[in-house]
Amino acid sequence: MTALPTAAHDFAATLAARGVDLSRRTCRTLQVNLTKLCNQACLHCHVDSSPKRTEHLSREGVERCLELLRLNPMLEVLDLTGGAPELHADFRELVRGARALDRTVIVRHNLTVTLDPHPTSGASMEDLPEFFAEQRVQLVSSLPFYEQYFTDKQRGRGVFGKSLESMRRLNALGFGIQGSGLELILVYNPVGAFLPASQEALEADYRAKLRAAHGLEFTQLFTITNMPINRFAEDLRRRGTYESYIQKLVSAFNPVAASNVMCRDLISVDWRGQIYDCDFNQMLELEVEDAGTALTIFDLDLERLRELPIKTEAHCFGCTAGAGSSCGGTTETP
Amino acid sequence: MSYYEPQDLKNFPKVGNFKPDLWEKFMAYYQAATGEEGALSKREKALIALAIAHSKQCPYCIDSYTTTCLEAGASPDQMTEAVHVAAAMDAGITLVHGVQMHNHLEGLGA
Repeated sequence: MTALPTAAHDFAATLAARGVDLSRRTCRTLQVNLTKLCNQACLHCHVDSSPKRTEHLSREGVERCLELLRLNPMLEVLDLTGGAPELHADFRELVRGARALDRTVIVRHNLTVTLDPHPTSGASMEDLPEFFAEQRVQLVSSLPFYEQYFTDKQRGRGVFGKSLESMRRLNALGFGIQGSGLELILVYNPVGAFLPASQEALEADYRAKLRAAHGLEFTQLFTITNMPINRFAEDLRRRGTYESYIQKLVSAFNPVAASNVMCRDLISVDWRGQIYDCDFNQMLELEVEDAGTALTIFDLDLERLRELPIKTEAHCFGCTAGAGSSCGGTTETP
Repeated sequence: MSYYEPQDLKNFPKVGNFKPDLWEKFMAYYQAATGEEGALSKREKALIALAIAHSKQCPYCIDSYTTTCLEAGASPDQMTEAVHVAAAMDAGITLVHGVQMHNHLEGLGA
């Protein structure tokens, strides 16, 4: 865990000064960080995931997530992330269980996990696309650019080529193909200390370039701002650009984007089952607390949760800069 | 310390400490010309500005418009091509003055 930006960047005071309401709305999304294990070790990764990480949600935790979905019909979406969530031993059981409950299941799928053997067991993951199609999950996949240079620079040598191969297999099953009902959403995030370009403009570029150069299709593009925490923050410090990046985020504060941040209708669960307002707070260990006690999925009451404040720190400026940023892309237009 | 320090750019508005009316007119014009979608996209404008920054060799503008180009969705290939356009133009502008040299040579009967 790295230090937060300095106290001079007061997010709560900024919200108050601009009259932005950060109260909770009805919780619609249960986002679960199933494991820190990943087949990649990306430069921007705020989770510090890698093939060497071992933390993962217990079987009891997985069962409790399904129980929460059963007990709380307002939880319309199960959003699975990591690490590479597909590497968790109970991933498929969790997906099947949630789909049997008629919930939308989002898998934050890094594309290459299909082509790499499981980092610990060595098992082939090549049947993942068929499993995704069978369960009709929504795939959200990082592809930092439509060209090799930026993608490999951020995610490792060879990742661009493997990502395209994985997209080919997904397209062949209907993912990303208009009219199929199978969604393949790509995610752009900047390779360095700068803000994303317009989501709409980049989506048009991605669509034109991926189609012309590779014959590939996708449903939609999300742009996400890099959060100045963990591995990305360390990289900024190494380059001496940490302070200027924070200042850029603060200067680009957008009250419209701020009013639609994802923490208002999402909860994030870590590998121990603890509850956070978002995946970033999770990485900074800013737990949701009720009377000083950190909440877990085992004692979660969604009605009570609505009364508990959302925790903010200076990194939250990352979600409110420019057109805004969330796990669902920009927030300026909800 | 060099003559151009990157952190000096943030002091650019100090130029408006005197004759602020002229500064404000400049800023309004600058924003309208470079920072808004028009007949040219913001990305196209940023790439033009990046090329001129190199041609005019303004270190502040090079740093600033490198970031602006990235934030407008330009790729390193596009940015590098823009710099090549500036370099080729500079070379051509130098070379085309060879016409004046030839004119003078002919005038001298050489």
